[in-house]
Amino acid sequence: MAYALQQLINGLTLGMIYGLIAIGYTMVYGIIGMINFAHGDVFMIGAFVGIIVLTALTGLTSVPLGLLVAFIASAIICGVYGFSIERVAYRPLRGSFRLAPLISAIGMSIVLENYVQVSQGALERAIPSLIPGGVTLMNQGGFVVQLSWMQLAIVIVTIAVLAGFTYLVTKTPLGRAMRAVEQDAKMAALLGIDTDRTISLTFIIGSALAAFAGVMFLLYYGVIDFYIGFNAGIKAFTAAVLGGIGSLPGAVLGGLLIGLIEAFWSGYATVAYKDAAVYSILAIVLMFMPSGLLGRHEVEKV
Amino acid sequence: MRPLARDLKDAAAVAFFAFLIFGPFIGLPLSNNQAGNLTLGTRPQALALAVGAVFLARLGLLAWARWHPAPLAPRFTIKLQGAGRFIAPVLLVFAVLMPLLPGLPNAYIDLGVLIMTYVMLGWGLNIVVGLAGLLDLGYVAFYAVGAYSFALISLNFGLGFWECLPIAGILAAFWGVCLGFPVLRLRGDYLAIVTLAFGEIIRLVITNWVSLTGGPNGLLGMPQPSLFGLRFSMAGGPGTFAGFFHITPAPWQRTAYLYYIILALALLTNWVTLRLRKQPLGRAWEALREDEIACRSLGINVRNTKLTAFAIGAFFGGFAGCFFAARQSFISPDSFTFMESATVLAIVVLGGAGSQLGVVLAACVMIGVPQMLQSLQIYRMLIFGLALVIIMIVRPRGFISTRRPTVTLGKRGGVIGADLVSQGRG
Repeated sequence: MAYALQQLINGLTLGMIYGLIAIGYTMVYGIIGMINFAHGDVFMIGAFVGIIVLTALTGLTSVPLGLLVAFIASAIICGVYGFSIERVAYRPLRGSFRLAPLISAIGMSIVLENYVQVSQGALERAIPSLIPGGVTLMNQGGFVVQLSWMQLAIVIVTIAVLAGFTYLVTKTPLGRAMRAVEQDAKMAALLGIDTDRTISLTFIIGSALAAFAGVMFLLYYGVIDFYIGFNAGIKAFTAAVLGGIGSLPGAVLGGLLIGLIEAFWSGYATVAYKDAAVYSILAIVLMFMPSGLLGRHEVEKV
Repeated sequence: MRPLARDLKDAAAVAFFAFLIFGPFIGLPLSNNQAGNLTLGTRPQALALAVGAVFLARLGLLAWARWHPAPLAPRFTIKLQGAGRFIAPVLLVFAVLMPLLPGLPNAYIDLGVLIMTYVMLGWGLNIVVGLAGLLDLGYVAFYAVGAYSFALISLNFGLGFWECLPIAGILAAFWGVCLGFPVLRLRGDYLAIVTLAFGEIIRLVITNWVSLTGGPNGLLGMPQPSLFGLRFSMAGGPGTFAGFFHITPAPWQRTAYLYYIILALALLTNWVTLRLRKQPLGRAWEALREDEIACRSLGINVRNTKLTAFAIGAFFGGFAGCFFAARQSFISPDSFTFMESATVLAIVVLGGAGSQLGVVLAACVMIGVPQMLQSLQIYRMLIFGLALVIIMIVRPRGFISTRRPTVTLGKRGGVIGADLVSQGRG
């Protein structure tokens, strides 16, 4: 029981990070129908900006202020990355052959990974834990269930970011424009929505969310390298598909599920096969629900 | 004067974005000091250089756009398509004669073997992606199945390359069907992620099943392919190729033999594809690519059509994997990462999905050029990625971007070009 509770806490924390990245995939997919393979690497860029800012602020004694600066700087830089990637690599290919943007995105992902490797080195970079300690929730026969302050902080930041994001999508004119473009880009353009601007903003918002996830990943694990984007990206994309790609609540749900599957599988089966378990469950779910858990079932008209 | 001012403003804005993008990475390098703590350095010159280069590049691009408003691509494309009939035989003759050219360094023949392997993989994947229109991001799984089938069978049962080749192909095809069944109902990008996941699962199993596959250390010591029982050995003597023909043993003999094996296997793939395209199965694949619902309505068995595409594509992937393992005598999970799948898919798409000649050209560019750039070391993959993006932007439908229906009623119909596709008529 205690062990399961601990895995639940670990899984939820990890799942929140996946969920934040998955939103970026699902938004971009919903709005222009492409898999943005470079998104996982934007997450990695976010983590790196975080570590650079935190290193630059080494002398600063106020941890919350340092973290705030790191989050904001990372979100801004990643927003610029997302915007530029869309402008350079995807916009010229809009409306062209279906596989072209996918290859362009894979190319962009390779570029980002190697750019960081060349400019910042291939070594793992580590920072000390900034929020040490935690609270003991349960002590059952010597097994202590810990909720670290870091995990609590991650859960709180994620929920706050998600609340802000939900408000943005459901209540603001920008969110309305985004949903309109997602449903029918041509009709939205006819009704006076600047689709190019909306798509750019979608990329910026998605990348900013990935930046938050990146900084939290950095804080949680303390170690990053240029390659973290690949694995996290694939997991988050899996989460987006599992939840039903194009559906925002689905992305968060998928992320949480994947985090939980990973945690429980590592806890009760073997750590080695935790990724294989995630992918197998994805395949099984899609076999029975071809459009994911919360995805709309697409009716094809002829 | 006014356009110049506008261009300058535009370029300045782009340079500002470049500053934000390059700033934290080129401008502020992280390093570990003696105590092991992270420290931050500065590289202002490199940053200024990068931002300046972007500024000038943007100015140049704007000036170029002003002078050449119309793209040159379409006319060139059609001409290339017509020339394909002549280029292909010339390339084939060159490919056959290449290892026999006197004075050619062994390294070039070896590069030829590598390129041919990717040509074969490209042609195999072309059946799935180019003909049947099923986006497969995990093709490397079949390559791995082929390689490990050969390695395990030869190491455990002592069979040679030629006995293992068909077994590896059949096993890979079996896995192709295994992948095919669960994904039959999936469309487009759902299919893509499941195939990707499948590739990762295979790689994870290979990595973690240490008792069978040796795990990350891989498997070592598979036998080399032999020529009717003659081995290729530098020692010479009876039973070896050089000893039988009474010539001095040289490394190029073995490389050239490997080259001809993979050339033959690749041509087999090509021949089978070209023949199948003219048969009902191939026509069904192409019809499936264009419109699945129409296929269903016309009574085509969509399930079997998809499964055969997966199986035949995987079959040739297994061949290529078997050859790869025999050539290297060593395999490890590192050779079967997602990057491999992405490279092969990029070859297919860059070639112009569905075009056989395009795959050859794309494989030469994608595999040959990075090998030439070996000296650039860490910048190599950076350039590779940039090239992918740039080629896609310049030629979104690949090098050979026209697609003719293999079969038409009556006179040869029009060419399905990029211009038609963009109007929704492709």
